[in-house]
Amino acid sequence: MTTETAPDAAAGELLAELDDLRVWFPAGGGARVRAVDGVSLAIRRGETLGLVGESGSGKSTAGLALLRLVDPTSGRVRVGGRDVTRWSRRRLRGLRRRVAMVFQDPQASLDPRRTIGASVAEPLVVHRLVDSAHARRRRVAELLELVGLRVDLAGRHPHELSGGQRQRVGIARALAGEPDLIVLDEPIASLDLSVQAQIMNLLRGLQRDLGLTYLFIAHDLAAVEHMSDRVAVMYLGRIVETGTPAQLYRQPAHPYTAALLSAVPVADPKVERRRRRIILRGDVPSPIDPPGGCRFRTRCPQARPDCAEVDPALTEITAGQRAACPYAGEAVRAMLAGPEAPFPDGPAPRTTGR
Amino acid sequence: MSAGSDGTVRRALSALRHDPPAVAGTLVLLLLLVVGLAGRWLAPAGTNDVDVEKMLRPPSLDHPFGTDELGRDVLSRVLAAARVSLEVGLVSVGIALLVGVTVGLLAGWYRGWVDNVLMRGMDVLFAFPVLLLAVAIVAVLGPGLVTAMVAIGVVYTPIFARVTRAGVLSVREQVFVRAAVSIGASDARIIRRHVLPNIAAPLIVQTSLSLAFAILSEAALSFLGLGVQPPAPAWGRMLYDGRGFVTEAWWLGVFPGAAIFLTVLAFNLVGDALRDVLDPRQLTVSEARRSRA
Repeated sequence: MTTETAPDAAAGELLAELDDLRVWFPAGGGARVRAVDGVSLAIRRGETLGLVGESGSGKSTAGLALLRLVDPTSGRVRVGGRDVTRWSRRRLRGLRRRVAMVFQDPQASLDPRRTIGASVAEPLVVHRLVDSAHARRRRVAELLELVGLRVDLAGRHPHELSGGQRQRVGIARALAGEPDLIVLDEPIASLDLSVQAQIMNLLRGLQRDLGLTYLFIAHDLAAVEHMSDRVAVMYLGRIVETGTPAQLYRQPAHPYTAALLSAVPVADPKVERRRRRIILRGDVPSPIDPPGGCRFRTRCPQARPDCAEVDPALTEITAGQRAACPYAGEAVRAMLAGPEAPFPDGPAPRTTGR
Repeated sequence: MSAGSDGTVRRALSALRHDPPAVAGTLVLLLLLVVGLAGRWLAPAGTNDVDVEKMLRPPSLDHPFGTDELGRDVLSRVLAAARVSLEVGLVSVGIALLVGVTVGLLAGWYRGWVDNVLMRGMDVLFAFPVLLLAVAIVAVLGPGLVTAMVAIGVVYTPIFARVTRAGVLSVREQVFVRAAVSIGASDARIIRRHVLPNIAAPLIVQTSLSLAFAILSEAALSFLGLGVQPPAPAWGRMLYDGRGFVTEAWWLGVFPGAAIFLTVLAFNLVGDALRDVLDPRQLTVSEARRSRA
């Protein structure tokens, strides 16, 4: 579906990078929530990196770390070749012009007391990008047009707009500082289905026209496939697999990726009838005390005794595809093979195949 | 401090029109304002025109509120005292607002030790009974109009600090504040442009209610002889002077008392109405009507 955009982007210049990043939050009683626990990501100029995972997997926290909106516990954050991990609050304000963010809930992310125009103009004012009220109004009008909004909406307040319009305002605000990278934190999750498609098309069009780079954070696998040049799958604070959408969606290597994908219905009835669903047992373990060894082993239908021993690193499966599972290909094949797949101390996996 | 954004003020004004008690309260306050500004010219006689031949005269056409034990026109003194009450109310609440909101913003935004130091200080002030604290401050600084203003201002500061801090604590967790941080806005800008307008509503309400209490406190201080010094007129002082003549000259106490009562009631009515209107969870009267239509 989206393979045609992949090859060029992969060769682009490195724009932003997380290097073995850990973000642990205090959780009371000396406990720490390991929201992000050893994540390395590289984002190249002009590409869209999709970041998927269940809620609580740490994907949003990883995105916040790129703007230094959370403080890393260890590891490095680099943007535009510069290590911003220990930058002061004052210096970070400059960083936040180059990296912008679009939030999940556009209603909550716009100040209810300020007009649309004032919200969109805020980066212009903060970074002194315009030198007169006239120039500011002109730029705001330009930005509103760019995201497909009528210019006269500038005088309205957020509650007078629809959800889709509000998210367009959020995008216009993110564009105002002419950023290199935009972190899109679940930008479509709180919108109606029909509006989701419009916003995704808008984002892709803007990327094409303005040469933007996106980190697209979502739990919607279809949206991620549609938007991304490369995809990273997170589970419990770690990246378990990366690759192009074509690689991951056709040939998942990590059992978790395979399980996630098996939950997505397919529009073709013939394929849908053959689709096997891999049902994962139990809940995601607590990120306060993640399992030793492989973090997925407690829910992995293909877990083996030595999975408790070794914490698997991402290793190359095929060119450009990496998974954190020593049994990568073989485990997935066994899972998809059906009920005879080994499934220790639990019911056999239910399948919808017949 | 500016009164929030235009939206807040406009919404409040339009909704107040549909609330009869609030209209009454507003009219009384307007009257008070006019009297406060122009009382000297409205008064039929001078505030200190002593006339021993007309001592303790009951209300009549010449002296609608009667005369006091020195033959001074009570109406003229009540009108002139309005200015004192307004001044004390506005200045002292102004002090409380300025200091309290600043303390509350710092405590709520920076939290940690800043919060602890500032709010424990406020707690100490809060622990004293209002009048006792005011009396103590006056005792240290000496009685007089300015001291009364400072004392009342100090007494009402903790309330503003608490209301502000509570608002800041809830607003700072909102996504739009995080959005403002994400675009590189400074703390000062976020506090001024995003936090303050969003906590303006409870502060406006608190201001109008505090004006009532401040005027009452000034009356109490003046009654105790710690506020405005004679012969300058003040409602509280007039009550005190009139208490010795309660049986033979009721008008000495009733008219200044009624002035205090009406003023405090008016501020309370307006304050209550503002609270109803500015509560973000409920629609204003006019908005509700529009949505039903």
